[in-house]
Amino acid sequence: MPDFILQANGVSHQYGQTQALSDVSLQIRAGCLFGLLGPNGSGKTTLFRLLATLLPLQTGTVSIAGFDLKNQSSQIRRQLGVTFQSPALDNRLTVQENLRCHGRIYGIASGPLKSRIDDLLNQFAIADRRHSIAGELSGGLRRRVELAKGLLHHPTLLLLDEPSTGLDPAARRQFWDAIHDQQHREGTTVVVTTHLMEEAECCEQLLLLDKGKVVCEGSPQELQASLNGDRLTIRLRRTSELRTRLESFLNAESRPVGDRLCFRVNNASGDLQRTMAEFGDEVVSAEVARPTLEDVFLEKTGRVLSDDHEAKS
Amino acid sequence: MSNTSNTANDEVFRIWPGTAALASRELVRFFRQRTRVIGAIGQPFIFWVLFGAGLRGSFQSPDWAAKLQQPLTYQEYFFPGIAVLIVMFTAIFSTISIIEDRREGFLQGVLAAPVPRSVIVLGKVLGGTILAVIQAGLFLCIGPLLSYVGLSPGLQIHVDAVQAICAAIFLTLIAIELTALGFLIAWPMSSTQGFHAIMSIFLMPMWLLSGSFFPGDGSNWLAWIIKLNPLTYGVAGLRRLLYSGELPVTDTLPSMAVCLTVSAVFAAVCFGICTWLVSRPTANNVA
Repeated sequence: MPDFILQANGVSHQYGQTQALSDVSLQIRAGCLFGLLGPNGSGKTTLFRLLATLLPLQTGTVSIAGFDLKNQSSQIRRQLGVTFQSPALDNRLTVQENLRCHGRIYGIASGPLKSRIDDLLNQFAIADRRHSIAGELSGGLRRRVELAKGLLHHPTLLLLDEPSTGLDPAARRQFWDAIHDQQHREGTTVVVTTHLMEEAECCEQLLLLDKGKVVCEGSPQELQASLNGDRLTIRLRRTSELRTRLESFLNAESRPVGDRLCFRVNNASGDLQRTMAEFGDEVVSAEVARPTLEDVFLEKTGRVLSDDHEAKS
Repeated sequence: MSNTSNTANDEVFRIWPGTAALASRELVRFFRQRTRVIGAIGQPFIFWVLFGAGLRGSFQSPDWAAKLQQPLTYQEYFFPGIAVLIVMFTAIFSTISIIEDRREGFLQGVLAAPVPRSVIVLGKVLGGTILAVIQAGLFLCIGPLLSYVGLSPGLQIHVDAVQAICAAIFLTLIAIELTALGFLIAWPMSSTQGFHAIMSIFLMPMWLLSGSFFPGDGSNWLAWIIKLNPLTYGVAGLRRLLYSGELPVTDTLPSMAVCLTVSAVFAAVCFGICTWLVSRPTANNVA
């Protein structure tokens, strides 16, 4: 029997008249890197806040590390490391002061706290910024300080809300390296909410959310494999004029992605050859690929996951 | 509170480090913002000198001042009130930062931490109280010296060591009271503008009508408001501790015992409401 660190059953949440979550159930194995994937407004941040004990649990049950969320939130908080979308640092304090303040709040004695801060500053390569005022750091550095802050007390479960929002690709890669490192080093379970494909693909298990409901779950590979066929992406010289002709030719509906048309087809290479034969001169470029998580989401909900990759929720 | 399974010992162990960490954060933040230092102590100082000089001629001494050795000047009358105003400004500045803490995300980091919710209130109130007592104490020490440069008349204030300690303790009580009051006003607010509105229509009048600015002996309805205002008892108590000689008990100057009781009860009530507000997890807690 697998060892679940988090089990949620039938969780629903309402803000006034708005149903943010309805009947969400999930299980997370210890040591897993688990992703909550969904577009803005899918309820993933609400779920995150419920798990972080910041919102009252209205309906359903949640147990984390064997504690009941409703009645034992204090014990649960001890197990949690939480990293928010906007870093929860005091911008007027230095990096070290922020970490020390947070460590004291978590009840870590000053001796062990000092060496723990040293370790984490080194682990995340921010030791040279120890005395910098937090508000003057770049977004990537602040995010790493925030992560260090969340790990001070050796949490068994680390919650990350949209961790790479506002980070450039290099900072994003460093941040994810740090998370993988932590996961392997201490066996920390990591739960991350995201609306970004690249982040979701880093996860071992995914739960897709849409409009507060679970769409599907599984590993990224399982989810992609659950779709038959391939993805054929074609760029034409005169897309708008030829779209309907191409659709009826391939007998498949297309989805525009930028200036290209994206088809889900069963025999992509055959269809590609037929298209080239028929439309030859009109085709600027064509690509055959396995379905992505984006396709999985589209298939299950009929909606695109994210129009704007940098959109903030 | 949902976490009743912890032992009392464990609770105490967890309350102090967190409270100290949050309170020292308040102090560090304060001293990094020079303008706050000037704002909280500078304005009351200017008020004291300007109103003291301007209202000197038109001031009618209250009934209880009849037995003083010399007639009471307005600046003397105004002296304890200014100390309380400094405490109030400091309390406002400290607690308005709750709204910034929430907006900047710091607060949700603290709310997700395994500390009793009272720590969040205690840290803020302790930090604000220390700052308020330092600043008001500074004013009480420096204020009387202004008579040497002609900015105030000689004050009939002769404070011995015991009196000074009593005044400091009572000032602490007023500071706890006002910081807790500011906390419970700031907690549900989503913008600092809202807090400024409450400050203008509620907190400033509360100070004006506490017997700090004028005695209010003449008008019947005014006397009633002053009597119902909890801050009246703070100002009156401080007045009794600062002036030399016994002052009689009148309608607008309650006895020391009443002052202490009302101030302590009001502080406890405000603190209780704060803890209750913080322990409710609501959508408002998160940014």
